[in-house]
Amino acid sequence: MANKLMSATQAVAHIQDGMTVGIGGWGPRRKPMALVRELLRSPAKDLTVVAYGGADVGMLCAAGKVKKLIFAFVTLDFIPLEPYFRQARQSGALEVMEIDEGHFLLGLKAAAMRVPFVPTRIGLGTDVLKHNAGLKLVDSPYDNKQWVAMPALPLDVALLHVDRADARGVCQVKGPDLYMDDLFARAAKTTLVSCDELVDSNHFAQGEEARYVPWERAETTGVVHLPYGAHPSSCAPLYGFDTKHFKEYTASAKEEGGWAKYFDRYVQCSQAEYLERVGGPEAIAKLPLPVF
Amino acid sequence: MTDITLVDRIICAAAQVWKDDGEVLATGIGIVPRLAASLCMRSINTDLMMTDSEAWIVQEPVPIGPRGGYQIKRESHMGFARIFDNVWGGKRHAMVGPTQIDRFGQGNISMVGGDYAKPKSMMLGVRGFPGNSINHANSFFVPNHSPKVFVAGEVDMVASVGYNPARLAKGWSLDEVADIRFIFTNLCVLDFGGPDHQARLVSLHPGVTVEQVQEATGFPLHIPAQVPTTADPTPGQLALLAELDPHNLRASVLGA
Repeated sequence: MANKLMSATQAVAHIQDGMTVGIGGWGPRRKPMALVRELLRSPAKDLTVVAYGGADVGMLCAAGKVKKLIFAFVTLDFIPLEPYFRQARQSGALEVMEIDEGHFLLGLKAAAMRVPFVPTRIGLGTDVLKHNAGLKLVDSPYDNKQWVAMPALPLDVALLHVDRADARGVCQVKGPDLYMDDLFARAAKTTLVSCDELVDSNHFAQGEEARYVPWERAETTGVVHLPYGAHPSSCAPLYGFDTKHFKEYTASAKEEGGWAKYFDRYVQCSQAEYLERVGGPEAIAKLPLPVF
Repeated sequence: MTDITLVDRIICAAAQVWKDDGEVLATGIGIVPRLAASLCMRSINTDLMMTDSEAWIVQEPVPIGPRGGYQIKRESHMGFARIFDNVWGGKRHAMVGPTQIDRFGQGNISMVGGDYAKPKSMMLGVRGFPGNSINHANSFFVPNHSPKVFVAGEVDMVASVGYNPARLAKGWSLDEVADIRFIFTNLCVLDFGGPDHQARLVSLHPGVTVEQVQEATGFPLHIPAQVPTTADPTPGQLALLAELDPHNLRASVLGA
């Protein structure tokens, strides 16, 4: 029986220079931040990053890991503008594929279905077509209109965070929103999942627990047990996002050498040290869920 | 009269945009649009649907700001993937706040500057604007009516589709790709009901002149012979607004 448990270092070792890496979650929500920090510490470079972006994208930009970014937005929501992403974009150094949030879903779905594109009306009439030579119009075999052929977005690796998982890669998300994590899992050759809680497989046999399992274990390559591994993003219903930490992170971008300082304090350390430096596990467990 | 604030006048006028929409998802991004949608659902079109801005459709609009003891009344799940199902079916009317709008009604929230590869100011990205604009009705709210927002040429990054014939793909008509209803600003109300979808002045807020609006707009507006004043809120509407915005968050929207 497959045992997919591995360390964060073993997981991130799957990521090699030039790979396309999808990151699950949405803005400041359920991002696999501990795995992202592991990636920040790794030698991997020239990555193509695919994400509904938050601080994951900002940090990878700040660390110079990103060659190309495929995105619809990068935001922390309550702080609308992600500072390090902005710096990277405004420096002119970042190659981008800027697409609609829905294009994203369709591209991942196409990759998951192993088809080259999905037809859609999204993007017609906009500069998304002008700035993305790779987004072509096609004639329909069924009507006289042209449609946008949203290309598949196949991923070498997907990084995801879930509430709980077992060693076989059965993953559970109880938060009210799965975001597109299931599509990221299916679009990727290698799916690496961190979990807040590592459970025995019998957990899923209880009551309705199996209903909160959004993809089959065959889609999961590796499981890394990383309690509070989404921090500073949220993992509803377990904990909310850390507004205080996000403010500190955002403020660091305004300082000379701010990223290096942030990196030294919060990235260049073990996950246990990280958790202590951001206030300790008990404090994270009490972070309120966001209300809008 | 003098005790009617401008923001209340705008919200109450904007609440009318969903009046004849029937059962659609009303999405208001930002305080004014969300209060307008909430007010409409409570008093004008009670068949509207709204979310808690997170992951649920709710039976009644959720008051904005800290909720105290208020518990949301769920109706159905509405995670992000399902929002797209709704958007692509067209049963939605959103009110959003583009950073730039041009004479075609094209909107931009992505970036500002002449060089796309090196933006002067990077903002959010196009988000859901391309898909929203071509799938369902949209209205706009602009808190600072100026030529910086209502730009002279085209917006720097066309994120949402407008009535621009030069951008039509083969087989499509303007009315199939765009459905822009109204724009509410701190000066006036606009729509695209002029000749050939020209932007048109619908009403002026009290004390604002036609010349003032035209001067603050980077393109010529269609000015009808008679331009009414934006309607006063009713006492009933104001009472509902106080319930929907118990912390008076709307007071600071216009930079007062």
